[in-house]
Amino acid sequence: MPLLQVEGVHTYYGNIEALKGITLSVEKGEIVTLIGSNGAGKTTTLRTIAGVLRPRQGTIRMGDADLTKTPANQIVRLGIAHSPEGRRIFARMSVKENLELGAYTRSDTDLSEDYERVYTLFPRIKERLKQRAGTLSGGEQQMLAIGRALMARPTLLLLDEPSMGLAPVLVELVFRTIQEINALGMTVLLVEQNAHMALSIANRGYVLQTGTIVLTDTAKALAQNEMVRKAYLGED
Amino acid sequence: MLGTFACLTTLTLLGFGTEVGVTSTPWWALGLALLAAMIFCGLLNVLAERIAYRPLRRAPRLAPLISAIGVSFIFVNIGLFWQGPTPRRFPDLLPQYDFISQLFGLHTLVRFTFKDLFVLALAIPLMLALAWVIRNTRMGKAMRAVAQDTEMSLQMGIDVNRVISFTFLLGGLLAGAASLMYGLYNNNTVFTLGFDAGLKAFTAAVLGGIGNVSGAALGGFVLGLLSALTVTYFGGQWENVGVFSLLVIILVFKPTGLLGQALGDRA
Repeated sequence: MPLLQVEGVHTYYGNIEALKGITLSVEKGEIVTLIGSNGAGKTTTLRTIAGVLRPRQGTIRMGDADLTKTPANQIVRLGIAHSPEGRRIFARMSVKENLELGAYTRSDTDLSEDYERVYTLFPRIKERLKQRAGTLSGGEQQMLAIGRALMARPTLLLLDEPSMGLAPVLVELVFRTIQEINALGMTVLLVEQNAHMALSIANRGYVLQTGTIVLTDTAKALAQNEMVRKAYLGED
Repeated sequence: MLGTFACLTTLTLLGFGTEVGVTSTPWWALGLALLAAMIFCGLLNVLAERIAYRPLRRAPRLAPLISAIGVSFIFVNIGLFWQGPTPRRFPDLLPQYDFISQLFGLHTLVRFTFKDLFVLALAIPLMLALAWVIRNTRMGKAMRAVAQDTEMSLQMGIDVNRVISFTFLLGGLLAGAASLMYGLYNNNTVFTLGFDAGLKAFTAAVLGGIGNVSGAALGGFVLGLLSALTVTYFGGQWENVGVFSLLVIILVFKPTGLLGQALGDRA
């Protein structure tokens, strides 16, 4: 049984159908990426899984739980943490407080191991714990957003455009970190505009076009696929 | 207003509805009145939030504002029913003591009475406690998170409705404490009392910067000073003119308030 099973999901913004029946699955331990152009529905898919948006039709299963029937604030308790598009850190709170909020649902009191893990992955975060999160640079904010999600100790990490707006060297760093996180045993569902990088670290991928999945394969095969190369990898 | 009525009713039940025949300050009764008013206002606030604001959580901004006005009408009418239309005397139970003339032997127009001390002695610890709760507790952090980004707060696993309820409870508790201070200080209350107090509280919050607790405290201080100066130099009928001119000036020239920050801090 896959860790996450999305089946026939239709999500609407008002009367606009943004997802027209999405079916996808994520196996434990994988990195799966959703690629596609602007407006294809990548972010909508993640937001629907995370419970920010509610599908009008379809089911999303995580283990035995049906996420479409789970209140939005309970979804993180099922082991899903979301690092959203645009980072959405709590800008007026300190870096440390942002991490604490990431661990809000954790009832076990000893979080030192989790903090250490975040500090090891992102040494820069450790230097800035007392600083207001809004004063961090874009790259640091991205690290904080991922670190905050990790504090929930999720089984599935939803990452939305982690490379957006970052300098190339930071993009490298972020993708390397995603691999490290995956190596720690966490499953990753990654949404990226940067299809080239995403396919280079993912196991499998789905290609979205105007709310439907048009193609799915192993990341390696997708990177070789002619349609993908033309449309998303900028080759002709 | 309802808070002062709760105090008044509690004191009356305890036999201190008037200061006549009371020789020394019944601190235990004041303590009970404080507790009763705080609990009463706190629960009332939670109820108002549940009925008038929660159903409008996803409505346009204006809707909860309108329902807030409706709630205030309901409160005013409850007050009218409870204590009648005429101003009520609030017992003068605090010691009559002026520190400046009686303790220091200075005979000036300036006075610092036991009443003034009482208000400070109650208000300052409450403000510090509020600041501490918001800064340090898990609930306080959740409150700040919800205020900044409700949707992300849900993603963190925060029960947003519970946090908002708690915020209203805190606000009500403090309003209850304020009503005992008002009653003992001014020795009167009337069913329309809350209207002025509400506008002034709003002005103080805007003056300090909405969403900033120390700003609100500073705003309240500046506002109090301004209204006292207006009354002294221009006369009592000009008090609200002074206060609300300030509100207009702030809204026009510095809508973020004295200590407020620009809201566009999402980098």
